[in-house]
Amino acid sequence: MIQTDAIIVGAGPVGLFAVFELGLLGLRTHVIDVLDKPGGQCAEFYPEKPIYDIPGLPACTGQELTDNLMRQIRPFEPVFHFGTCAQRLEELPGSRWRLTTDDGLVFEAPAIVVAAGGGSFTPKKPPIPGIERFEGHGVDYAVRRIEALRGQRVVISGGGDSALDWTIALRDVASRVTLVHRRTEFRAAPDSVRRMMALAEQGQIDFLLGEVNSVQADGSELCGIGVRTEGGLVDLPCDRFLPFFGLTMKMGPVGEFGLALQGGRIVVDTEKFESSRRGVFAIGDINHYPGKLKLILSGFHEAALMAQQAFRYARPEERLLFQYTTTSTRLKEKLETT
Amino acid sequence: MKALVTDYEGVEHSVDFPPEWPLMEAIKAAGLPIKAECGGCCLCATCHVYVAADWVDRLPPIDGEESSQLGEAPDVLPQSRLACQLKGHAALDGVRVTLAPVY
Repeated sequence: MIQTDAIIVGAGPVGLFAVFELGLLGLRTHVIDVLDKPGGQCAEFYPEKPIYDIPGLPACTGQELTDNLMRQIRPFEPVFHFGTCAQRLEELPGSRWRLTTDDGLVFEAPAIVVAAGGGSFTPKKPPIPGIERFEGHGVDYAVRRIEALRGQRVVISGGGDSALDWTIALRDVASRVTLVHRRTEFRAAPDSVRRMMALAEQGQIDFLLGEVNSVQADGSELCGIGVRTEGGLVDLPCDRFLPFFGLTMKMGPVGEFGLALQGGRIVVDTEKFESSRRGVFAIGDINHYPGKLKLILSGFHEAALMAQQAFRYARPEERLLFQYTTTSTRLKEKLETT
Repeated sequence: MKALVTDYEGVEHSVDFPPEWPLMEAIKAAGLPIKAECGGCCLCATCHVYVAADWVDRLPPIDGEESSQLGEAPDVLPQSRLACQLKGHAALDGVRVTLAPVY
């Protein structure tokens, strides 16, 4: 069990900046994110796209903003837990909260900061009837263990980097890899597309133009998929089907935390950005209040005000001294390392 | 200007479609359940709509970004478009679309 001052759910730009604002007040933080890297939507949706409305930064990409925030918060030594999803929130006696993640991590803190953006990223699932019956045994939305695919007939579907990269990587592991994609254009890096096409020409993999629209079972086991092609329906026997259609955002377990919601977002006040439950805050795209704008800069402001109240819960016996980073010797010493 | 939008229940709504607005924002402003999770950056294909047959040829052509995003949406048809890429314009007054499936 991990004890800390504040647990931040979400490592997007606003969650990262919350580390900074809480850190300025001397609070220690742990940050949880379902992705395997920091940045949230900035990293997942638009790492290469320019953002023009961060004050003082005329232009930066999603990845640059993430990298800069990571550098900015380093002096406060946040502890990151990636690839894990906040699952359950329980109120403890003495104004404390216990947060449990889907892989069994347990945290306790006086302040919970939900900075979950549009929700947690989960794989897009193709609308194929009955596909959920095989999830985890036959159908997977990510490759966890390559060895589990050795000697198997694998079908991969999608046109992005994951689909192409795994098609190429698994050709020496699987007994046969077939890539199914609806079109001859791909979102994946052009170099991966060239390599995949070359492998298909050499007969090392198969590429099929079409859309998977059914799964076939032999008892409880997956034994094949059906593909709709221009020439009609094609049955493709296989042991594993890996649909790679990218990620989408779902509110997920945060919606079950017992917080007042409106339109799928957490209702907060505009003084402390606190939810309907004392000690649980919501900042950034996940919150709702009159006049809310989903802007990164609004989330930064919300983080600063949230931190003031979080401090009162974490250090009830201390008085809060407001200091500027430009004038406080203590803060300057701490931040000079960036 | 107006757009006629059929929701997931099959009900048609007449929504305000101001000049220069992306159709996606017009649909959102009318309170209809369009997901549009990337906020109009042409990055997610969750504002997928089907355009009525008699309107398909009256729309601006699909560019590379929209086309590549549509490649990842479910149940794409020849009349599929991303609503974030259709801008309000006199020529589109009265356009009819249906919210399409998203993942």
